[in-house]
Amino acid sequence: MEVSRHWRLRQQRYALVGEVCPHCDVKIFPPRDICPDCGREARTEYQFSGRGEVYSYTTVHDAPAGHEAYAPYTVAVIRLEEGPMVTAQLTDLGDQPIEIGTPVEMTTRKIGEDGERGMLVYAYKFRPVLRPA
Amino acid sequence: MHAPGSALPEILVAGVGLTPIGEHWEKSLRSIALEAMTAAVEDAGGLRPQALFVGNMLAPALSAQTHLGVLLADFAGWRGIEAATYEAAGASGGVALRQAVLALASGEMDRVMVVGVEKLTDRIGSSVEAALAAAADADFEAVQGLTPAAQAGLLMRRYIHEHHVPEHGFAGFSLTAHANAVGNPRALYRRAIRLEDYASAPMLSDPLNLFDAAPVADGAAAILLTRGDRHRPAGERTPIRILASAVATGPLALHDQPDPLGFEAALISAGRAMAQAGMAARDIDLFELHDVFSIYAALALESAGFAERGQGWRLAAEGEISRTGRIPISTLGGSKARGDAGGATGVYQAVEVVLQLQGRAGEAQVPEAQVGMGQCLGGAGATVATHILARADRL
Repeated sequence: MEVSRHWRLRQQRYALVGEVCPHCDVKIFPPRDICPDCGREARTEYQFSGRGEVYSYTTVHDAPAGHEAYAPYTVAVIRLEEGPMVTAQLTDLGDQPIEIGTPVEMTTRKIGEDGERGMLVYAYKFRPVLRPA
Repeated sequence: MHAPGSALPEILVAGVGLTPIGEHWEKSLRSIALEAMTAAVEDAGGLRPQALFVGNMLAPALSAQTHLGVLLADFAGWRGIEAATYEAAGASGGVALRQAVLALASGEMDRVMVVGVEKLTDRIGSSVEAALAAAADADFEAVQGLTPAAQAGLLMRRYIHEHHVPEHGFAGFSLTAHANAVGNPRALYRRAIRLEDYASAPMLSDPLNLFDAAPVADGAAAILLTRGDRHRPAGERTPIRILASAVATGPLALHDQPDPLGFEAALISAGRAMAQAGMAARDIDLFELHDVFSIYAALALESAGFAERGQGWRLAAEGEISRTGRIPISTLGGSKARGDAGGATGVYQAVEVVLQLQGRAGEAQVPEAQVGMGQCLGGAGATVATHILARADRL
């Protein structure tokens, strides 16, 4: 079990807290402390809106250990509206077809179980933004 | 062929060896590696290496074994020599080869053995998937259940979307690899497939199907290198020189790449290698690329300059990647049909390029091959190792 590892990432997993570069204003997620664009220090916290659109998506049938119970599941790369991309499962899909460009928003869901005692791991997933009927 | 402009001192191939890739239940990691290393030493007329560089990715996760350098050096009877493992996921073997080239180029060493080895079949299913997924960003990719096949599926869908690839547009990669493997007695799947087989294959990570993905299994490949000014290879065999060796990296996570379909690390790695060799894409007679997924073959062809962006799939669709085409790839089956032994791949590729350049590829021989390139990928193109080899008698 990796309790501290999951705990350490709680701000990212539950709230999409990243960083903004104070030098070039680039938004950064996940946080990495050094701006990937200008190479200077970037430790200013930044709260992402959780809104974005699907850059690409696929389905996992052969799941790795810890995820078998959830297979098949849909994984996507999401382009956040602030710029960076993030890898996340899609959820609450219902009958809505997913396409490249589908608007999505962040939500919190169980993502897996860790270790023999089955500690539950929660994290962000993304769901389609509800459209008016 | 262009006049040689290699920036490297003369580094020659003294011997090569490899095992078939397969489910070697009866063999351990050390015995598979020994088989390849022994074959390379015999090929080199009994030459003993001063150092052993190991390329391996999965032994810590799947065999509970680290410290492969000393394990394999001792097992081979080379107690006392320098030895260590290099790990860069699927690019491990290419990175180990690069380190051997650097050691020789520095003048510190004269004779270096590189072995790429993987033992995957002691574990099954989800454990292997998890070990492979660990090559991605564990905190932000693998935690979401992302697998290597899913990464490839994501890229393939985006590629099809941006470049308007027709249905089954990638089939040519799988068909060519399987057709080529028929001529390779050491290939895992020595069987040609038809378009109908490809079209009816089950989805792995849509739009990526079973025939877009390479099967992973056990295997080892070894290559013994020398400095030409200190050890000339003996015998009649065509001398092969390493003209270029380059490694480049990009962001680890696919989502951190500013332009995922640009395959930037491959672009940099291939560009550096060609600059080092003083060559361009048109000078390369065959290209052993890392077709662990068919989409990566298309992206590798584009980033190395064999096709325009978005057009790599057309080379497969139009027969240009066959052994008699414009740029033969996967000439002995590639990862798709020879089989993929994870971090051993870069060494398999180098050995296969040598066999082609020396005219030892049997029924899989590419005619008139004088310059060959090998390129292996760690993750979704996060680490890329490229090597260019050539017949030294034609330089």
